[in-house]
Parts: sequence; structure tokens; C-alpha cells
Amino acid sequence: MVTENTCPQIQLKNLCKVYQIPGGEVHALQNINLSIEKGDIYGIIGMSGAGKSTLIRCLNRLDTPTDGQVLIDGQNVLAMKKKELLQTRRRMAMIFQQFNLQMQKSVARNVRYPLEIAGVPKKEADARVMELLKIVGLEEKAKAYPAQLSGGQKQRVAIARALAGDPEMLLCDEATSALDPMTTQSILALLQKINQEMGITVVLITHEMAVIRQICNKVAILDGGKLAEEGSVDDVFMHTKSAAGRRLFGILPDQEEVPPQPAIRIVFDGSAAGQPIISKLVKELGMDVNILSADVRQLNGKSFGQMMIARPEDPSDVKRVMEYLRAAGMTVEEVHV
Amino acid sequence: MTWDKLLPLLWEGTLDTLYMTFWSSLIAYVIGLPLGVLLVVTRKDGIMPSPTFNAVLGVVINFLRSIPFIIMLAVLFPVTRAVIGTAIGTKSIVFPLIISAFPYIARMVESSLDEVDHGIIEAAQSMGSTNWQIIYKVLLPEAVPSLVNGAAICVTTILGYTAMASAAGGGGLGSIAIVKGLNVRKFDIMYSASLLLVALVQIITVFGGRITRRLDHKHR
Repeated sequence: MVTENTCPQIQLKNLCKVYQIPGGEVHALQNINLSIEKGDIYGIIGMSGAGKSTLIRCLNRLDTPTDGQVLIDGQNVLAMKKKELLQTRRRMAMIFQQFNLQMQKSVARNVRYPLEIAGVPKKEADARVMELLKIVGLEEKAKAYPAQLSGGQKQRVAIARALAGDPEMLLCDEATSALDPMTTQSILALLQKINQEMGITVVLITHEMAVIRQICNKVAILDGGKLAEEGSVDDVFMHTKSAAGRRLFGILPDQEEVPPQPAIRIVFDGSAAGQPIISKLVKELGMDVNILSADVRQLNGKSFGQMMIARPEDPSDVKRVMEYLRAAGMTVEEVHV
Repeated sequence: MTWDKLLPLLWEGTLDTLYMTFWSSLIAYVIGLPLGVLLVVTRKDGIMPSPTFNAVLGVVINFLRSIPFIIMLAVLFPVTRAVIGTAIGTKSIVFPLIISAFPYIARMVESSLDEVDHGIIEAAQSMGSTNWQIIYKVLLPEAVPSLVNGAAICVTTILGYTAMASAAGGGGLGSIAIVKGLNVRKFDIMYSASLLLVALVQIITVFGGRITRRLDHKHR
């Protein structure tokens, strides 16, 4: 308890997970080290098979790592006895891609479950259930059964259920991957609200960078079971180092066999996104600009984004463009040279 | 035979059949249901993995299940006498019926619980449920429609077994059809008792199906 104020809420130390399969082993996680602070919305992203699902399931020991430590407020989850583990699990609720609601129980009964297993008196529990359903905007569906709900509504019920035990952390295992883009937006907004208003730490895994850029403040990029890159979303986006990160950000093409076109990557850091920068560049330098891709959006209240323009043939032109953009406060880099 | 003699006979037979079916089903479920749960939860990927126990239980259940009822009835004669006090008569049939039915029920329960989505169990685990809470608050409630459907099948199977009660001097419709019908060439008794048996099976099946559909909230 001495370390309570100094250690991260969730800390992974040298986490490894090896699966035995016929004819060999699969290293699903290799020496993962990362720290998640209280109040973070921490995104873990990777392609399928990168190990992100295994990673999040190790946090509450649904999966048992082969080696390493999972520390929750400094307590090693892997060393916990059964009872202590159950108590810890109640502090870290989880939602899933397939919602995992009880199909034979009403929405209200589903949400009441964590209260039932914690022994909360029925009357008190029922009142709390209605409060929770109100938070997720489904109070009129209390008596409905999950089969009667849409995917987004089911995930809302799952979120209400997760919140019922007053957790400090919420683990989201591909929580929006089965939902359409509109519904994804509303679920992400709900997660953000829960994080901001209740101070619940959110750990989410996803394969969509848009999800990370929309609500996360921290990101870890997993690639083939290894931690490729980690840091604040702003930093990682502005100075993407790893190949996996560059692919996920669209700097590298998704498929490795497509030969990338030489380009200049312009990163909008929030201050200059309002300026007609390309238009000015064209006018002032008197050269044509071929925009390959552009993706600018709001992120934590600031305009962030990136634009890829074709690299001019003439090296001196490249230099002029780069210098011009740097002078305008942009982060620029040549890619695929 | 006239109706006023036939009807009381059939009525008594029906009551005997229902008596045997009810008590043996009930007690066999008391034994078979927990065993079915154990078969599921002690599997390698279950919530209380214990592969050795699971394998042993599986072998015992398969062994008991493969013994035909008529053989079981004979083999258990001394045990039945020790437990019930007599090995002859309607009441004593209940014991071998239970022994024959509970392994069958255990397998039926196992297959019902198997249908419960593993993700739901995992969600319950992630919420910090004890294994006992998972069993009685998640696994069993989620499987209720399927368990009821399985129960209808088990009960009709047991009802079928009761027809062999005559081999141990028991009563019931099956016994009437054989002893008071077939053996003495009274085909009207044989046919009417048999038809009643068929009717009972139909009623249980239809009601079982109806209750299953009413209870199931997953498929609508």
C-alpha cells in the first residue's frame, strides 16, 4: 500500500504468452512492458494476430501469461489467490466484441448480475440498475431481452452491466468491431463520457486507428506479439517510428506488395490546420502539388491529421517544399525514398 | 372385455405408469443434473478443469448407459431388494429405472449446457463470479429452454422403460399390454393399453416443446 500513489494503475512487466500447438509453439506475446495511468484511455492496436486480444485478457487473468507480471496498483494479478483475483476482477470490468449478454435474462437482470453476485439487496440493486440504464440511454428497454435489441443497444447494456460493479477500470475487447460506423461513434462517445465523468480508466483494443485517434490519449502498437511503439497518441502520430505504426496510420500501404510512391508526409499538429497551407505553397513556390491522400480530423479538441503529397522529381524542389512547410510550423518527412 | 371393466384397468395402469415415470425421473434428475454439470465444468476448457475426474466420470456414465434396461433390471435384483425391501412390483421398478436413467440424463444435461455460448461464461468470469455463481446464475439459467426440451425426451424414454416392468412383476400400461393382453390373446387390452402409452408420450412431447418455446428468449 506504500506504493499506491507512485505506481501506475496497470503495469505490465516482461509479459510473455506462449501457446503450445501441434508441432511447435506460438509466441503470442513477447516481453511486453507498458504502464497505464489512472484516467487514461489507453488504446492497444494491431493487425489481427498481433496478440492484442491475448494481452487484454491477461490483465484480468482470463488468459494466463507464461511469464512476466501484471501489476494492478502494484499488486501482481498472477500471484493472487482465487478470492483476491475475484475481488480484483470486480474492479476491472470488461466488455466484448460479441457483447456476451445472457440471452435468457432481461436487460435489467443482465445489468443486475454484478450487483447480485456482490450481494447487494434487491431493492437497492434494482434502483441502481435503472440509474445505469439511464446513463446508457436504455431505461425503456429494461424489460426487453437481448435478442430484441440492435448491436449498439446490446453493447450499451453490456456497458451498463460493466459499470454496475463500480469498476475503476474498463477493459474493451474489440468493443466496437461488430458495430457499424455510426453506432461505433456513439459507443465511443459513451466510453469517453464514462472516462471523463466517472474517472474510469479505459483500456481498449482495436484494429482501427480511427478509434484510437478519436478517444485515446495513449496508444501501444502491437506487431507480431511485440510492442512496436508506445506513447501519447499525439506523439506516436506525429513521429511514427515503427513499420506497424506507419501501416496502421496509412503512411505505408496496407499490403506490403504494393510498391509505395515516394511522397512527402505533412503532419498537422493542431495549430496550422486552419491555414490554406497547400494553396499558399502552390502560389508562393509556383509549383504544382499532387495530393496523394489527406486525412484531417478533430482530436482532443485540436485539428490533427496528415496529408501525403507526391514528392517532386527535382531534389531542389523537394528541399524547397520541405523548408517552406517547416517554416509554416508543420512536421514534414520524406517517405518511401 | 366390456368398457366398464376395461376402463378401471387402464386407469389403474396409467396411474402406475405415471407413478413409476414421475418418481424415477425426479430422482434420476437429482443425480443426473449435477453429474451433467460436472461433466461440463471439469473439462479441460471448463471453469473447474479436472481432466482426470472428467475422464473417469465419462467412462462410468458410458458404462452404465450402455447396459440395456431389461438387463439392468435383472442384474440389480439383489441391490433393489436391499434398497427397496423387495425386487418385485411397481414400486421396486423405480430403483433400476433411476440407475438406468441418470447416466442418460447426465449426458442430456451435458449437451444442453454445451450450447451455452462460452463468451457468456467468460463475461461472468470477468465480473469476478465464483464458479458456483457461474453455474447457478449463468450456465443453468441460460440452458433452461434446452434443459426442458431434454427433460421431455428423458421422461418419454423413462416412460418407455416402464413398459418392461412386467419382467419384475410391476404394473403399468406396458405390463397390462403384455401380461393381460398379449400373453392371454386379449388384443383389445393390448392395443388400448399401447395406444394410451403412445398418447402419454405425445402429450409429454407436445407440452415439452411448448414450454421450451415459451421459455426461450434467444430466438425471437
